[in-house]
Amino acid sequence: MNRLTYLKNVVTLKLDEGKCTGCGMCLEVCPHEVFKMNTRHAEIRDRDACMECGACSRNCPFDAITVQTGVGCAAAVINAMLGRTDQPCCGPIDCGDSSVASKEKGCCG
Amino acid sequence: MLPTYSDSACCGATPAEAPEPIPRLDQGFVVGSISTPVGSVPRVSSELQWRDRWGAFKARWGVGRMDYAIDPGLYALGNPDRESPVLVSANYKMSFDRLRSALSGRDVWVLALDTKGINVWCAAGKGTFGTEELVKRIDTSGLKEIVDHRSMILPQLGAPGVAAHTTKKLSGFGVRYGPIKVEDLPAYIDAGFKATSIMRLKTFPLKERAALIPIELVETIKPTLIIVPVLFLLGGIGGPAGFWANALHEGSFAVLAFLSAIVGGAVIHPLLLPYLPGRAFSAKGLVLGAVVATIMLFLQGYDLSIWAGRLGSLAWLLIIPAVTAYLAMNFTGASTYTSLSGVNKEMRWALPLEIGMGGGGLLIWVASRLIA
Repeated sequence: MNRLTYLKNVVTLKLDEGKCTGCGMCLEVCPHEVFKMNTRHAEIRDRDACMECGACSRNCPFDAITVQTGVGCAAAVINAMLGRTDQPCCGPIDCGDSSVASKEKGCCG
Repeated sequence: MLPTYSDSACCGATPAEAPEPIPRLDQGFVVGSISTPVGSVPRVSSELQWRDRWGAFKARWGVGRMDYAIDPGLYALGNPDRESPVLVSANYKMSFDRLRSALSGRDVWVLALDTKGINVWCAAGKGTFGTEELVKRIDTSGLKEIVDHRSMILPQLGAPGVAAHTTKKLSGFGVRYGPIKVEDLPAYIDAGFKATSIMRLKTFPLKERAALIPIELVETIKPTLIIVPVLFLLGGIGGPAGFWANALHEGSFAVLAFLSAIVGGAVIHPLLLPYLPGRAFSAKGLVLGAVVATIMLFLQGYDLSIWAGRLGSLAWLLIIPAVTAYLAMNFTGASTYTSLSGVNKEMRWALPLEIGMGGGGLLIWVASRLIA
C-alpha cells in the first residue's frame, strides 16, 4: 500500500527527548507511524507524515510532546474566515472514518 | 423508525433535564435486555437489519445524518458477564453498527459516549469523545458494579480526545487502544489485546475514498443550482445568433463544462488521489481540471483561428481547473492524512489562485462572446 503524505516541512510536532521515558504510548496512538523507538526513548521517524491530530501529545504522561492540533480541513478554515462560527466542523468532513457525520447538530452546539 | 434522539437530553423543551444513565430499550435496534445490578441494560445483536443498512446508506448521502444517533450509555452485545471486555464507541449509529457487526459471536459490553451523533475520530478531534465524557459515562453507566475488571478498549482514533493516563487516575479504568479498523478487533482481542503495526496505521484506500463521493456531490448541489442558470443565461449574451439560440448552444456548453469540473473535483479526484501529481490537493485538482478542460474543449470545438474561439478556450482552461482545484482542496477535510498547518499553507496560495482563475476566466468568457 503506497503511503500518502501531505506537504513537507510544515508540521508543528515537537518531541522533547529529555522528558521522554520511552514508554511507547505515542507509537501506540499515532495513526501514521510518525515515531519510532530507539534504545532509550522515542524519536520522530517521519515528521511529514504527521497530521497534527494530537493523539500523541494528549496521551504522553510526561508532557514530552507538543503539537498545534487542528483538523486539516479547508472548508473549516474557510468557514472560520467567513465568520461562520455556527459550523465549527467542516461540511463534508468525514475524517476518513468511513462514517460520515461531523457538522454540529444545530440545536446541540 | 430510526431512533429519535431529538426528544431527549439536549434538544428537549426542558433543557435542565438530566441524561438517563441507561439507554432506552425501545430503540429500533435493541433486541432485548440483560439484567445487571444497576438495572436492565439494552441488548443488541451483531446482525444488522435492513433498516440499519438503509439508515447508513441515507447518511452517506447526507440524509438525516445529523440525527443518526443512539442513546449514549452502556449496551450489551450478546451475553456479556462480569469478566467480558468493555469497548468504548461513539453514539453515532454508523460507528455503533460497524462495531457490533464486526463482533459477531462475541459477548462484550459497549459503552457509547455522547458525541452528539458524530463519529469517533471527528468527535475526538473536537473533544466530545474525550476524557471528561468518558469518565462521566463510566460513572453514570454504573460500569463499576457491572464488571469486575478495570480496563476498557478504546478505538485508537479516539486517542486525540482521550488521555489514557488521566482516565485511569480519575476513573480507575485503564485504557487500551484497540485497532483502527473495527474488522481487526477480533484478532486484537484474541492476541491478548495486542495490535500489529498494520492495525495501527490509518490508510486511505480506494473503498474509503469512493464512499465519500456521495457526500462530496451532495455538498455541491446548492451552489450548482445557483451557478447553472447563471451560466446558461450568460451564454445568451453576445454571440452570432439570437439570445435564446446562443443560450442553448453556448450556455448549455458552459453548464456541461461546469458540471464536468464538479465531476472532476468530487468524483475523479477522490478516486485518483494517490496517483495525481503534487502533494497539495489543489495542485492535484489543477492538473486534473486541465485534463477535463482539454477534453471538454475538444468536444466543443471552438474555432481557434479566430480570437473569440481562442479566448473562449482560454476561459474554460481557467474556469474548469479553478473549480476542480477548489473542490479538491475541500477534500482535505475528508482525507485521513492532512495537517492543519499544511492546509493553511496550501490555502494561502491556492484560494487566491482559484478565485482569480475562476473570476478571470468568467470575464474572458463573457468578453469572447461579445466579440463572437
